[in-house]
Amino acid sequence: MTRKIFMSALLVLAMSASAFGAAFKLGGTAPLTGGAAIYGMAARNGAAIAVEEINAMNGDIQFELRYEDDTHDAEKAVNAYNALKDWGMQISLGSVTSKPCEATAAENFSDRIFALTPSASSAAVTEGKDNVFQMCFVDPNQGTASAQYIGEKGFAKKVAVIWKNDDVYSKGVYDTFIEAAPKYGLEIVSDTTFADGNDTDFSVQLTDAKDKGAELVFLPMYYQPASLILAQAQAMGYAPKWFGIDGMDGILTMEGFDKSLAEGVMLLTPFNADAKDERTVKFVAKYKEKHGEIPNQFAADGYDCVYAFCQALAQAKANPDMNAEELCAKMIEQFTTMTFNGLTGENVRWSSNGEVTKDPKGMVIKNGAYVGLD
Amino acid sequence: MTFLNFFISGISLGSIYAIIALGYTMVYGIAKMLNFAHGDVIMVGAYVCFYAVSRYGLNPFLGVIIAMFLCTVLGILVERFAYKPLRQAPSLAVLITAIGMSYFLQNTALLLWSSNPKVFPSIIGRGAFKLFDGNLSVSHITVLTIVVCLVIMIVLTLFISKTRVGKAMRACSEDKGAAQLMGINVNATISMTFAIGSGLAAIAGALLCSAYPTLMPTTGALPGIKAFTAAVFGGIGSIPGAFLGGLMLGVIEIFAKAYISSQLSDAVVFAVLIIVLLVKPAGLLGKSIQEKV
Repeated sequence: MTRKIFMSALLVLAMSASAFGAAFKLGGTAPLTGGAAIYGMAARNGAAIAVEEINAMNGDIQFELRYEDDTHDAEKAVNAYNALKDWGMQISLGSVTSKPCEATAAENFSDRIFALTPSASSAAVTEGKDNVFQMCFVDPNQGTASAQYIGEKGFAKKVAVIWKNDDVYSKGVYDTFIEAAPKYGLEIVSDTTFADGNDTDFSVQLTDAKDKGAELVFLPMYYQPASLILAQAQAMGYAPKWFGIDGMDGILTMEGFDKSLAEGVMLLTPFNADAKDERTVKFVAKYKEKHGEIPNQFAADGYDCVYAFCQALAQAKANPDMNAEELCAKMIEQFTTMTFNGLTGENVRWSSNGEVTKDPKGMVIKNGAYVGLD
Repeated sequence: MTFLNFFISGISLGSIYAIIALGYTMVYGIAKMLNFAHGDVIMVGAYVCFYAVSRYGLNPFLGVIIAMFLCTVLGILVERFAYKPLRQAPSLAVLITAIGMSYFLQNTALLLWSSNPKVFPSIIGRGAFKLFDGNLSVSHITVLTIVVCLVIMIVLTLFISKTRVGKAMRACSEDKGAAQLMGINVNATISMTFAIGSGLAAIAGALLCSAYPTLMPTTGALPGIKAFTAAVFGGIGSIPGAFLGGLMLGVIEIFAKAYISSQLSDAVVFAVLIIVLLVKPAGLLGKSIQEKV
């Protein structure tokens, strides 16, 4: 990891050196260290690949990319944001994770710096801010989409939910899932939570789900607690269907994780690294070559963000001499009207409140790899 | 039967708290300081064990012994460089230093081993004893943890009450100045306490991660705080108290989750703690010492 940080620092240096003057200064904060670093590193690496490709085309649009570490902490994210502002950031990639992005989005709004976050999905990120947009689904949509997917595919009737009640991401998905479930014929038979500090033992939650006959357990959370849940369920001989959301992405890359535990786990994510279209194949190959692993959804989100900016800036005929506020007005105009095709979806559109519309893809883990469900 | 199952879960969670609490309480009982870095020494122990077993393919028990050795060295170094210079300082300064040391260890671990969670290979596998036609299962690791806990508890109690070093430790705990006048090397005694506490932390780390296998640089921090709570609950400074406090904390936590609300479990745990401390300010087995003026 340290070597990777060093390499990417070199990369950033090389890019800034090659892009004297006429480049848009694009900045973002991400957890590059800490428990959520797997997301931050992926989003950053994805964005860096896009920047490199765009700059190599020698077109009108050139980028200079800079990422600062926020360690998935709101306070540090604001410090990181201020560092980017001092550097002269003109357009922003917000933050990668929800809690920090809520903090930096407020700064983006008051400073009039346009932001497009790759993956901060809580509703509060965009709420009441006309210049903050999301590339990923807003959490509530993930809950609704999951309920719809489970219901329409007929995976289960009786469903258990285990969620993390001190996490806006988990709570946001949970709230809308519960609301949408009856509409799609799902009965919530068990509803249990955990929080930081008691996230090691899940026997109570799993016993509850098992005793009440849940056929499917919905896990709106990040993969680290999910890995414990899967292991403990296996130990107690409980084998329901498992359904996760984008935070589940990454479970297979945990060192030492027994991949057979995740066999059959389904998740809803906008990006499928196995897709056969030309752009995905090219991106996956490039990412693998540079970072030695298959890119997850966060990497694709980061990549798409940079291309969306490229398209919007070209259409608005913007140039790097404009200040952040002028660019902000132009970007708002573009993003509310344009249609974008990216790795994470075709015909991507944004509403004026910054939320994105695109179709989610169902995936299932088979033989230790993600396979498309459809 | 569900009740019994929850009880077993509570005991297995509690036994982990207990083994961590033993280290806290021992250091507090003798050096009279709260070593908040204890949880992070546990994390270091778990990482050492993880690398020994997964990367170098050593026998898990050999891994634990290597971890114990390295943690003992780490404990002595931490004591030497961070706490010893503050021997005469007010206890608040030492407390802050301990918190600083905790962050220092976490961040160093972050640099050395990165933040990606690792899955710890259990030292004795993930099997379980099945009772009552398989309706009740007690995992091997729980049994091992309780046995290890009891053994450590008995050995520590004997060590402190019977040996010369143990006597010196008790003397230091009662009055450092007087102990020094009696010819006891106070610094060496306190270093010794830290060495033992850190060695125990390595065992606790291996057991913690065998039971709950994700390993990250922050792995030790929260269980450390919970175990500290358990130590206070049982009466800080009392070795059997730490054991009892740990088990009770685990059982209360699981029962609160199961029968009251999974959302409120921590609130219930701490409410019980407050009530216990109101009734018995020194904790369940703590000695209340009247300060003579």
